Amino acid sequence: MIELPSFAIFFIGAVGALLLRGRILSSWTIAVPVVSGLFLVLSDPTEQAINVSVAGIELAIFQPDRLSLVFGYVFHIAAIFGGIFSWRMTNPISKASILVYAGSALGAVFCRDLISLFLFWELMAFSSAYLVICSGTSKAARAGVRYLTIQIVSGLLLLAGAVLHYAQTGSIEFTHMGLTGTAALLIFIAFGIKCAFPLLHNWLTDAYPESTPDGTVFLSAFTTKVAVYALARGFAGTESLIYIGAIMTCFPIFYAVIENDLRRVLAYSMINQIGFMVCGIGIGTELAINGATAHAFNDVIFKGLLMMSMGAVLYRTGKINGSDLGGLYKSMPKTAALCIVGAASISAFPLFSGFVSKSMVMSAALEEGYMIIWIALLFASAGVFHHAGIKIPFFAFFAHDSGIRVKEAPTSMLIAMGIAAFLCIGIGSFPQFLYGLLPYETSYTAYDTTHVLAQIQLLLFSALAFVWLKLSGIYPPELRSVNIDVEWVYRKGLLAAYNTSAYIVQTLVLYAYSLLTGLVKRSYRGITRVTGMSSRLANERTVDLMIVSIVVFFAVFLVYHLINL
Amino acid sequence: MNALTPHLSALQIILPLLAAPLCTIFRLPRVTWGIAMVVGVLCSFNAIAILEQVQSSGTIIYALGGWAAPWGIEYRIDDANAFVLVIISVINVFGILYARTSIPAELSEDRISWLYTAWLLCFTGLCGITISGDVFNVFVFLEISSLSTYVLVSFGTDKRALTAALRYLIVGTVAATFYVIGIGLLYALTGTLNMADLAQRLPEVTAHRTVLVAFGFITVGLSIKMALFPFHTWLPNAYAFAPNAVTAFLAGTATKAAIYVFMRLVLTIFPAGFFANSTIAYLIILAVGILGAFVASTIAFFRQDLKQMFAWSSIGQIGYMAIGLGLATSAGVAASFLHLFNHALMKTAVFMAIGCLFVATGSTTLNSLKNAGKRMPWTSAAILIGGLSLIGIPFTTGFVSKWYLVTAALELDMWWLAALVLAGSLVTAAYVWKFVETAYFRTDSNTTYTRSEAPLSLLIPTWILVIANIYFGINAQFTGTQALRAANAIFGFSS
Repeated sequence: MIELPSFAIFFIGAVGALLLRGRILSSWTIAVPVVSGLFLVLSDPTEQAINVSVAGIELAIFQPDRLSLVFGYVFHIAAIFGGIFSWRMTNPISKASILVYAGSALGAVFCRDLISLFLFWELMAFSSAYLVICSGTSKAARAGVRYLTIQIVSGLLLLAGAVLHYAQTGSIEFTHMGLTGTAALLIFIAFGIKCAFPLLHNWLTDAYPESTPDGTVFLSAFTTKVAVYALARGFAGTESLIYIGAIMTCFPIFYAVIENDLRRVLAYSMINQIGFMVCGIGIGTELAINGATAHAFNDVIFKGLLMMSMGAVLYRTGKINGSDLGGLYKSMPKTAALCIVGAASISAFPLFSGFVSKSMVMSAALEEGYMIIWIALLFASAGVFHHAGIKIPFFAFFAHDSGIRVKEAPTSMLIAMGIAAFLCIGIGSFPQFLYGLLPYETSYTAYDTTHVLAQIQLLLFSALAFVWLKLSGIYPPELRSVNIDVEWVYRKGLLAAYNTSAYIVQTLVLYAYSLLTGLVKRSYRGITRVTGMSSRLANERTVDLMIVSIVVFFAVFLVYHLINL
Repeated sequence: MNALTPHLSALQIILPLLAAPLCTIFRLPRVTWGIAMVVGVLCSFNAIAILEQVQSSGTIIYALGGWAAPWGIEYRIDDANAFVLVIISVINVFGILYARTSIPAELSEDRISWLYTAWLLCFTGLCGITISGDVFNVFVFLEISSLSTYVLVSFGTDKRALTAALRYLIVGTVAATFYVIGIGLLYALTGTLNMADLAQRLPEVTAHRTVLVAFGFITVGLSIKMALFPFHTWLPNAYAFAPNAVTAFLAGTATKAAIYVFMRLVLTIFPAGFFANSTIAYLIILAVGILGAFVASTIAFFRQDLKQMFAWSSIGQIGYMAIGLGLATSAGVAASFLHLFNHALMKTAVFMAIGCLFVATGSTTLNSLKNAGKRMPWTSAAILIGGLSLIGIPFTTGFVSKWYLVTAALELDMWWLAALVLAGSLVTAAYVWKFVETAYFRTDSNTTYTRSEAPLSLLIPTWILVIANIYFGINAQFTGTQALRAANAIFGFSS
């Protein structure tokens, strides 16, 4: 069998996509990941290693192992159902950039040196930025530019770290490095940006909801998961990751609750899910790494499913705000059902995929004695249920009837969502398949009494509280879902504190933002004054600047040497 | 060919020098273009042959008219100037190839032959600057190339080309005067003008303050010639208003020859370590290099005319070459040489593509670019790739340059400099983005556009260079080793 690395198949596919049109193009976009996936499954990729020598540096450009293969498989799955979902999008450039994006994500997880990683990292940035921009609105264009800037900064940090690492150790191999020294720190921050660490996360919630219905599906699958993979490879067992991860699981909940744009709610919930993975990587035991990887695998699928269902709603109704939607189950019953499968998975209902992986991370936290972390994760799990599990399907498909009557989602979208939903239930019911893929051997069983009971209690009490609050009409609809989890996990009294702190944080962030924009505006004015069209420095008609420069040069040069010879 | 082999170095000068008056005799545009093209191609092969000869059998020393070195004039070609000579000669061929269609679009028939005459003289001068081993001879060639460049610039269609040429003339004369004062002082001290000879005799007299003064004058004179910020004032308008083919040619060659001579003089003929240890010139060069990279790129961001924008960008890029030179290590100088080659490729490609834009739309302002991505996909893509290369995106030559420069800075533990170089990319990205935004995203849905791509005879030379940009960005084997050898050659006449 010829050795063809996955990214090469995708890149060739991208070139091909530029030449095709219409349905052939759409079929092609599905065929490429299928072919590449077959390559990966039929050959034994761990036996292959492709090294390339560029300018005297040996690049390990394709060298899969068990850890990267898990991500490789799920990226193929995402590329396939995403390809089916985007059947109706027939812009060849968008399709090509999707293939480049997926291909470079695969390249990034399969390469084993920092330089190749950087190259794929940047390729991902550019191709994904196009997906944000291609929705065509000026809001999207601005968000896309902000997104691209941050991604490039991440790439530059990675490059700086790689060069520094090379200068110090003489090696560019990408292996476990841990937080030792400046080089590792730079790389850590680079990964952190892509991984949406707290305070570095804004690009995600800013840009993802602005893309097209199909673009968001791809965006949510690749970028952050590549970062999770990179952290797992480079920084497993770094203790600070546990706390970062725990914060990531908790803080987006507050934002998700007050957010009206349902795709942005999902973007926040994405940070929350990544938090579980980051936390697992931080714990670093075999069980925890397995859990983080498994959760990344499941997250790609169920988050993809939720994004697709919201994409279908947006595609049909043109609306995505919770306040504008409602009652859609009458016109889009299949989409509603599939969305509920995704919601059940992300909320970790037993027999759905989220359950079998999330519990691994939480068990690992308990085993290692991180009690407070475990409680934080438990709180976050309940939080997921109210903002993703209930809020998304409830506001889109039920709640008050908005009077919108549309057609059911197109068949291609239903097929794509069906595949994802099938996988959600399949993995949830038969987790052994997933466990067999994981980087370490595992004998973990999700379905024991403690896990199932604890999870069912958590979910049932959430649901009970939800129903009671709804009937008693204590809170306005948007706030109801906030209280359930808070009520159940903590006591009622803390609710006010949470709301206040969320308010304070938001005010502070807004204040810092206005301060920052003011600063940017003022420095832009300053720069314009110094280097703009009418500034002296940029004057092209006179030579006085040069004459002054010559005089200054001689003054400095000769006077210095007069004193110093 | 064997009989000619010893005289290759002389041929490089004689061919274009003799061809120039031929052009004034045959006044027909097609014929003069043919002459220039044939001479250009011959000179490129000649330059490549010289490079091979230098690589196989070491430095070529050619005594003109058989007069031995300290008295006669010699050409002395080693790894450094053979490399620069190839760059200049090859860019020249592409410039002439491009000029065939581009020039008649801007100039009336009767002036075309004069343009090629000046062009060939300019090329003669640049080759002469590069290969001469005699500092006064360098001055002579510097004047030949400068005077013909003034003429070339004044051919521009815009009336402002005349004032641009006049300003260049004034500034260029100041530069040449400073240079000649510098070498005059050196001559007064040592009694010789031969580079190799100077390199031997200068160490005995470094105690004299005169050496420092000479050094200062040469630095200023050549800094003006290579348009190092803040001695750059001639460049923006000269590039912006010259005919498009001329801009493309000059952008890839003129400043490059000046940078080479500067490196040769301050690093080879002045005693080893003089530049870096005995003067603060290296600090000044480093500082203005960094300043230039940022300020000129920022100014470029505010320009509304693409030719002006990329002319300012050239000044910024020269800043990067100055940074490599200011490091005064062989890694730094190698980075400068590499960027010299890479920048010649990218800037010539960009200016050629802008010329395509001019032929297709009659304008080079940002406003005329709306929807260019759809109307002129090939032209726009060429500018885009050239721009990406300027930023230093991986898989383009600019990335290789940045990589070498950053590595050279890190070798000296200059973290801040490496960070500044990388931060400079962001400023470059800003003005390139301005182009991308206008060409690809500012669409006017009310009007329909038809494809109006530039003619193939312009697109082909442009795209050859664009592809070269990507090729040398992926395979930096040739350029990397060549630049290292050139840097070693600069640090001593041996090798």
